[in-house]
Amino acid sequence: MFAVLGLDPLAIGDLIWAPLLIILLKVVVIFALGLLVTMFMVWFERKAIAGMGNRIGPNKAGPWGLLQTLADGIKLFFKEDLLPDRADRFVFKLAPYLAFVPAFLVWSVIPLGGDFSDGKDGLVEWFGHTTRVQLADPPVGILLFMALSAVAVYGIMLAGWSSGSKYPLLGSVRASAQMVSYEAALGLSIATVLLLSGTLSTSGIVGNQGGIADWHVVSTGVVPFVIFMLAATAEMNRPPFDLVEAEQELVGGFNTEYSSIRFGLFFLAEFMNTVTMSGIIVTLFFGGPQGLFDIPVIPGAIEGTIWFIAKVLVFLYVYVWMRATLPRFRYDQLMDLGWKILIPASLGWFMLMAVLQLGRDEGWNRGVVGVISGVVIAGCAALMSAAVRTSRANRDREGAMF
Amino acid sequence: MELVVFVLAAAMILVGAVGVIVRSNPVHAALSLILTLFGVAVMFVAQNAHFLAAVQVIVYAGAIVVLFLFVIMLLGVDRSEDLSTEPFKVQRPLAAIVGLGLVGLVVAAVVSSRDAITARGDGLNVADAIGDGDTNIKQLARSVFGDYVVAFEVTSVLLVVAVVGTVLLTRRIKGSGKDS
Repeated sequence: MFAVLGLDPLAIGDLIWAPLLIILLKVVVIFALGLLVTMFMVWFERKAIAGMGNRIGPNKAGPWGLLQTLADGIKLFFKEDLLPDRADRFVFKLAPYLAFVPAFLVWSVIPLGGDFSDGKDGLVEWFGHTTRVQLADPPVGILLFMALSAVAVYGIMLAGWSSGSKYPLLGSVRASAQMVSYEAALGLSIATVLLLSGTLSTSGIVGNQGGIADWHVVSTGVVPFVIFMLAATAEMNRPPFDLVEAEQELVGGFNTEYSSIRFGLFFLAEFMNTVTMSGIIVTLFFGGPQGLFDIPVIPGAIEGTIWFIAKVLVFLYVYVWMRATLPRFRYDQLMDLGWKILIPASLGWFMLMAVLQLGRDEGWNRGVVGVISGVVIAGCAALMSAAVRTSRANRDREGAMF
Repeated sequence: MELVVFVLAAAMILVGAVGVIVRSNPVHAALSLILTLFGVAVMFVAQNAHFLAAVQVIVYAGAIVVLFLFVIMLLGVDRSEDLSTEPFKVQRPLAAIVGLGLVGLVVAAVVSSRDAITARGDGLNVADAIGDGDTNIKQLARSVFGDYVVAFEVTSVLLVVAVVGTVLLTRRIKGSGKDS
């Protein structure tokens, strides 16, 4: 049964009070921190976008408007909770939780800190007990993240459907198609990372990225990272892939009919997803809590957390930047990008990495392996684009409708 | 502990399975199906098959039922149906007979191979929980890509054929047939 509990070294052996309290403390701290971080993420996004748009942004509540989100949250709490007449009551109430809970649970598998230097494997000593700065380290680690993002689709999908109104339904149909399409590219780029790390557990993936040359963004050759970043943006329905909400066409998309705290839960889930997704990117590609250099004075365990936060902040800024800069995709462009570019590219790169890995294991000549796989990939890409072009020409000629 | 997990998961599976049949609204039926799939995933975890549990949720709950819901919503058949009228009279008695037969077959199979099940012991050869967490995947990979690689590849061909067939069947050419 210990494996079920997530293989935390604490849970092995006699369960006495101190370890139990440490686990409880971790749960509470991560929960509180998650909410707090999300609150400031909302403020950060508004402030940064305001800056990029040459506006001032929130500046009334608290110093620099820091408490604006809190004020908005309180306002949401006290608004009337509307239930549309044509809504499917049970599903309508269920949907916000289906969006919110998975967003929260992803936190549990992200290594938030720990000392990975000198093969210490991220274990730290707390009150005489060895543990990880991570809520759980299940053997299926990163697959749990995939499973949770799969469950999150239901929140958006059912919210739109159960509203009993046309625009939310359109938004949710778009959402399900978009998220299912991009999940494939997401999974394939994760698979490339797993090929190198040789383990599914998130702490194992971090432990595999010792120096900057071993960071998976370098050792998998940047392409999987770019694909992951794009697919993750689509998966979270953030701009430029926010067709699910698309204010200009769908009023507010899937959450049009929601108000009060139920809308608040969707809002919270969306911003929390941005933070957790940045955490996952850092874990998979940028060495998680592993630092570039040793920060003097500060002990190793805390140092990991500092590095982790710094890296996550960079990605949060990138997401805000993308939102402020890029216009929304058209729906057919979105599907073309997902199916005709991202999925073939990630599959091809995965095969390439697999061949290189096999070549390393078997001691093949690197140059020969590289040349042959390059030729094969170029051939496949040519075939693929020829197929796409031919089928488009055929459809034009025959006048196929869909 | 294991008994509690089993009872809860079994309850989830049964409630979901009954819900799929009984709920008159297709979307509710699909949601009940998700409940069943999650129950099965819990069972997998209880048997130390973590990888299967994760894949169960990702593939079945995350992709297949989403597709069901997508089709239900897209076709607009998401209204409750009247289950009291039966357009095809033989259907229900036939279903009862087939269902009972299936239960009988499963019971017979378990009873006749009871010795084999107990002799097998731990089922999959699970490594120590404290040891390597990836044993699950290694064993699966070895049987899928080693022992049963031909069957695996044939299945993938089957799936491709199904996809191509679907595309061909749903393609409509302008000016041909009844649609304009």
